[in-house]
Parts: sequence; structure tokens; C-alpha cells
Amino acid sequence: MDAFEAIKATFFQECDELLAELESKLMLLEQGQTDLETINAVFRAVHSVKGGAGAFGLEALVRFAHVFETLMDELRAGRKPCDTVTIKTLLRASDVLADHIQAAQGLAPPVDEERSAGLVHELELLTHGGEAPPVVEEDEDDFGFVPMAFDVPLDEPLPSLGEPEAVAPEAQTGWRILFKPHGRMYGSANEAGLLLRELGRLGPITVSVDDSALPTLDVLVAEDGYLTWTIDLTAAIEEKVVREVFDFVEADCDLTISPLGGGAEPVLAFEDEPPAVLPASDELDIAALLAKAAGGAPAAEPAPVAVAPAPAPEPEPEPAPAAPAPAPAPAPVAAAPAPVAPIPPAQVAAPVAPAPVTIRVDLDRVDRLINVVGELVIQQAMLSQRVLESGLARSSGIALGLEDLELLTREIQDSVMAIRAQPVKSVFQRMPRLVREVADMVSKQVRLVTAGEDTEVDKTVVERLAEPITHMLRNAIDHGLETPDERVAAGKTAEGTVRLAALHRSGRIVIEISDDGRGINRERVKKIAIDKGLVAPDAALTDEQIDNLIFLPGFSTAAVVSDISGRGVGMDVVKRSIQALGGRISISSVPGKGSTFTLSLPLTLAVLDGMVVSAADQILIAPLPAIVESLTPQEGDLHYVGGVDPVIRFRDRFLPLIDVAMTMGFRDTPVVPSEGVAVVVETEGGQQAALLFDAIQGQRQVVIKSLETNYQQVEGIAAATILGDGRVALILDVDVLVTDMRRRSSRPDFKLAS
Amino acid sequence: MTEANDSQRELIAFRIGRQEFCVDIMSVREIRGWTPATPLPRSPGYMKGVINLRGTVLPIIDLGARFGLETSEPTARHVIMVAHIGGRMVGLLVDAVSDILEMNEASVQPTPDVASDQVKTFVKGIFSIDGRMISLIELDHILPHIEAEAA
Repeated sequence: MDAFEAIKATFFQECDELLAELESKLMLLEQGQTDLETINAVFRAVHSVKGGAGAFGLEALVRFAHVFETLMDELRAGRKPCDTVTIKTLLRASDVLADHIQAAQGLAPPVDEERSAGLVHELELLTHGGEAPPVVEEDEDDFGFVPMAFDVPLDEPLPSLGEPEAVAPEAQTGWRILFKPHGRMYGSANEAGLLLRELGRLGPITVSVDDSALPTLDVLVAEDGYLTWTIDLTAAIEEKVVREVFDFVEADCDLTISPLGGGAEPVLAFEDEPPAVLPASDELDIAALLAKAAGGAPAAEPAPVAVAPAPAPEPEPEPAPAAPAPAPAPAPVAAAPAPVAPIPPAQVAAPVAPAPVTIRVDLDRVDRLINVVGELVIQQAMLSQRVLESGLARSSGIALGLEDLELLTREIQDSVMAIRAQPVKSVFQRMPRLVREVADMVSKQVRLVTAGEDTEVDKTVVERLAEPITHMLRNAIDHGLETPDERVAAGKTAEGTVRLAALHRSGRIVIEISDDGRGINRERVKKIAIDKGLVAPDAALTDEQIDNLIFLPGFSTAAVVSDISGRGVGMDVVKRSIQALGGRISISSVPGKGSTFTLSLPLTLAVLDGMVVSAADQILIAPLPAIVESLTPQEGDLHYVGGVDPVIRFRDRFLPLIDVAMTMGFRDTPVVPSEGVAVVVETEGGQQAALLFDAIQGQRQVVIKSLETNYQQVEGIAAATILGDGRVALILDVDVLVTDMRRRSSRPDFKLAS
Repeated sequence: MTEANDSQRELIAFRIGRQEFCVDIMSVREIRGWTPATPLPRSPGYMKGVINLRGTVLPIIDLGARFGLETSEPTARHVIMVAHIGGRMVGLLVDAVSDILEMNEASVQPTPDVASDQVKTFVKGIFSIDGRMISLIELDHILPHIEAEAA
């Protein structure tokens, strides 16, 4: 039972991937890339979901997927146009399909019957509406052919599926499939009729059955298979596509697939063949038979390809001349099922580059590896330092070896980090649906444009990106974009655009969410902030400061609290979750043109580039991303506000000068500023300040060690790390240092987002 | 820790100043010499800072200061007992580790009412061995969470 559950879990995992694939391909379709390959990819995704769901008896899911698949099939056969209406419906269908999968997993309540049925209806309308009902579909429904029902021996060939319309005079490619199910195949609940129907979807087929092996009723074993079908499929497709149909039954049948010669008429090969020729045994050796029929001649033929160009003769009652077509020698036939079986259906049939081979690994194992590599980096640095201290010459063998070791260590670290790196695609792909739903809810027309989905970032960061992005997209649609009427009145297109982009910038990942809406109404924002007592009424604020007010806790501008946003828990939550990731968020807005939110996050939470500084004999690490510039304070640039609080003039602005050793309590008397080094830093909120240290020692990448693991959070300290000499150094929390400083000193009337 | 009266427990005894204390041996992971710690800002006085224990950042608590006893600057002769307390690893700075004792649960006497409140928070009971008085320490409250918030 456990094993079964495990397989099921894997299936759902695959479903997630398939859904992601489905979504991305549908987006491509929406963007007008309606080529066959994309449609096929959508079809395969739905088909794979259906296939797996069937195996686990997930009825509702199978039923829905089937309708979906049927429409996709129509599209890929070109029988139905892939127009905007269809694509919109498909998108909604993919949402419902996702819901069905969630429900099947037990993660969500069963899907709303009405919604599901409504979409099924829509899909069916699209499938059958418009053109004349496709022949294949019609036949299919009447095709109540049950191979087990042997009441009447079949004297005549089965009615062919579909019209043999492909009997075109020009050269046609196709496949002749000899298919003889064994009893086992029926035993595992597969049905020949369904397989034939599947084949019918690939193209026009002509089916004939050979019932000559059928014994008389008195000796007939009802569970056994006696029938052999010959299917001529006229369609220019790859052999593996044909094989895919038989994917699940290949081990339980005799299957020969051979190319159909150019200009071949559909052949009813064994139609009138004397029963005597066919051994009435269960194991019907078609290949041997063919070889015999062909006079043993092709036995030496190594591959079917060799005979492919040979024109197949006109159909004749005698099978002998037809033999060259199914010419594969006995050996290939016997071996045929083997190479095909293990290929998952989802990967087959696309003529694209082969997908990279992947394995699934428990995340714990990767984390353990990363931890150990972190230790290795530290140990390596310690070793280098020891060697350096021992006074060995730089050119000595040991020192040189250590240098190589250092390179290797760095490479290992990078590679390990790369294991955890994931494209942000997994998060971005969830967004189109959100946008559709939110847009529906607020009756706005929204187009989501995404860019940079392949930007990679550490897995832990990716996982924690979803929530802030969701929040901000909702905000952009609900607050940022105008209603279609307002947009038209403002001279814009009725459809608003929200852009979601990811890019790498100076060792960080930057996520931009921009809309072309109305922009931030600064007057209103300021008024609300004053009304709510968040700022003093007479506070003089720059535009930037006003924009940043929306990040204050308890701030909400929505006149009406809607379902989507506007409860005042939005942006401050976003800001906090971003900061928890070591990131920063900023906003820029142009009235009437729209707003852009920019998130900047570290690529990984495991290492950090830092500046090694010293203050009162303590080594500290200042995070490099926060540092703007470092300088030696000149006496003339120093001023004291009110005679107490030192400020430093930096590019014609006065920045507070914070003596870190004092603030940290490492020292009781302030250091003389001109004897130290000032490092200008910028906080997440864009505030600048100068931190005063004794000296700068260098710059290095450090492995982040949490203080909370064994102790607790310490104010002003973001984390700890281990230096080359084995000692622990503290990583400064620049934001806290700076804002803390301001809290103690400057105006208490204005508390900006902190 | 068994509650049965006649159960035997192994304890590790250590010295702070002239007083002797002991803790359950099962909570002590290792004993190592003092190495200079990196001080943590804005921490209580008994927090000596953090050291690197094979890649783990280990906070060091001066146990004497925690008990409110007189302490001196740690030297190389001081000892860090690495203990496991409630899922965390903590280094306990003591003067010296003196003994490993086997003790009967029944011989533990409740802490007399003379001890200061600060000591009583941590001392679960006292008992005597060879005429020495040894205090049995409960480590659960050694970490400063609650106190830090109350302060």
C-alpha cells in the first residue's frame, strides 16, 4: 500500500510539472505561437495527466482531462482553428484541471461541479461545433467493439474506422501495423478497440481483422486473444508516435510496425487468407509467417528502413507479395518492444532537443552537502591562514597546493550552490492564473507579460518569492490599473498590462513588477497617512518618501475594501517578508503612467559578500550590497548636530555618522572620527548613513551561520560567520543600526517605514 | 532521567569559585578548554559571546555569572562544557570539571530556603558526597529567553 501511495505521490509531482508545462505552452499559444509543436505539447501534457489519473482511478480528473484532450486533438489535427476564444477557454480549462488535480490530492475540496461541467460543455462545443462532426469521433462512439465478445465468429473485416480518405494518388507515407493482442492484454484491462481508436487519431486508418486463428466455439478459451489486426495508418508521423499508442500493451501483444510504401493503397492484408496458414496457437508468430510468405527472402534484411522505399504492391488476396512491406526480419521484431517501453509518453514524439536528464533528490541531502561544503570552505581558509602564519614561502609546494585547493573549493561551492539554484519560472508560472482570476474579480482587462523566467536563484529564495509577488500583482491589478472605461478615457488601451520580470543585477536577483495604470496618488497617500496618524501633518516629505508610506503597517488606500486587497495588510507584509530574505524593495511611480515595484534579493541565503572591518578589536562583516562607498573622514567634513550627534558631509549631503563600536557596546568612549574609516551604507528604505569603523581589512565571501540556531536574535546583528582563523565574526544588520540610530537621535514625529 | 527513588544517575561535577555543582551527564556533549569568544552586543553580562565549535556557532554562558556568583576573566585553565539544552547547543563556562559522580535520586535534598532566588531558579536540589555539598543544576532555564524579554 505504501508503495502505491509513493507512486501516486510521484504522479502528483509529475502533474505539477505537467501543469507548469501546460500553462507555459498555453501562454505561448496566447501570444500567437500556434504552431503544431506547441499544440502537441499541450496535448501531451493533458494526455499524460489523463493517463496517470486513469491508472489511479481518479474518475473526475480522467473525465475532465479526456474532454480537454479531445479538443486538443482536434486542434492538433487542424480540424479546429486555434483562435483566441479557444485559447481563453483552454486557459480556464487548465485552471479547472489544476483544481481537479488538487482535489484528487486531497489538498482542496472537490471541484465545483457546475464550474467543471460548464467548462466541459464549452470544450465540447468547441470540439464539435462549427465544422461537420469529424468522422473519426463519430465512429468512435458507435465503435462498441469488444474483443471479448465472441458470440459470432467474425467472418468479415471490421468496419473501417474513418474514411480511407488518404488514398491519395500522390506518394503517401504511413505505417502498417500488425497487432495481435495476447490474452494477458485483455487481462490487464486494455482493450484493442481503444488502441485502434487512438491510432485513428493519428491519421486516417484502414483496419482489417484476421479471425482465421479463431477456433471453434467448443475449444475457444474466452480469455485468450485470437484476432490479429492489420492497420494501415496513412500519416506522416514518426514510428515512435505510433508505438506510443501501444506503450502500455507492448509486452502483451505481438506488434509489428513497418513503413507503408509510397502510394500504397490501404491494404486488407490477411482478409481472405486461408486459415491453415496461420497457426492457431496463442503465440502467433507473425514475423515467422511473413518470412515464410515472402519465401524466406527478407530474412537477412537487417532493418525495416532498408525496404521502406520498395513500392508496396496492390492489395491481393495472397499475402505473399505484400510481404516486402512488413519486411523486418524476425530478429528485429523480437527485439522491438524492448527499447520503446521505458520512455515516458511525455518525452516522446517531440522532435526537439532531448530533455536534459534529471534525477529527483531529497532536498535534505542537498542541504547536508551544502552545509559540509560550507565547513570545507571555512576549513580551507583556516588552513591557508595557518600556512601563511607558519612563514612558508609563497612559492613553496604547500602554498601552491593550497592555492589549487582554494580554487577547487570555490568551484565545489559554486557547483553545490548551482544544485539548489532554480529558475524563477516555477513561481512565475503560477501567476497567469492569479492574474486571470483577480482580473475577473475586479472586472478589469489585464495582460500579464513575464520576462526572465529562466533567471536562477537559490531554491529557498524561490520558494519564498511566491507570496510577495502574489501580493504585489494583486495590488497592481486592484489598485494600480484603472477600469477599462477609465483607461479608455485616459487615452490608453482598455487592456492594462502588468509586467513581471526577473533579472540578475550585481550578484542579486531583481524582480520588477510594473503596471501601466494610474500611478500612486501622492496627495491621497499623504492624506491617509496623516489621517491615520502615521506621519505628522506638517511633515515635509519628498515624493519618494510619500511613495514609501504605502509600506507602513496599517496603511491602505483602497476606498473600498475588496476581496483581493485593501485590508491594509498588503505592502508592509510584503516588505517584511522581503527583508527577512535579506532583500529590499523600492517603488517608483509616475502619475498617470504607472508604478514599478522593484525587489532586490540575494541569490542565496547561504553565503554573502561582505566587507571585513574592525571596530574596537572586534572583526565585523558589513554586507557588501548595502555599502555605497568608503572614505576617510576629513576633519572639515565633520559636523555635530546640536553639538552632540556627529554628521558627515558626503556629496553635499549630511549623513549621520554612527560609531559602530559604541553602538555595539564594544567601547565606551567614541573614537576620533578622523582616525577611523567611514563606510557609507544604504538601508532597504533608501536611507543613507555613515558607519564608523577602526579599519577595513578586506572583502570576502562568508558562509552565513544563524545565531538563532543555538541562541537568539541579537539586535544589530544579522547573523554570524566563521573567519579564516576559526573565530566567529558577526555580520552587521545595517538597517537596524541605521534606523536604531535615528530613532534615538532625530525627529520622533516622522517614522518612515522601518 | 528516571523518577524512581532508587534509580542511579551519573552526574558530572564542576567547580565555580569554591562551590561545587553538577549536571546530568547525559546533557553534556563534550568538555573543552576555553578559547576567546566573540562578544555579542547588547547581551546580558553572563553571555560571554560565541565561539566556533567545528562550524557551529556556539553561545557561551558564564555559569558563575548566571548564578550571580563572583567571576573573574576566563583563562586557559577555564573549561567549557558543551551541553544540550532544549534542542540547542550551549557552552557553559566553569572553573573546572572535578568529578563524575554516581548518585542515588533519593539522596537529593530540596534546596534549603537560605539560597538566593537567583540560585534557587537553577538549583534543583543539593546532596553531599564525602562531606562536600554539591548542588544539582537544572539546565532548562540557563538560556536567557524569558529573562531577556522581561528585562
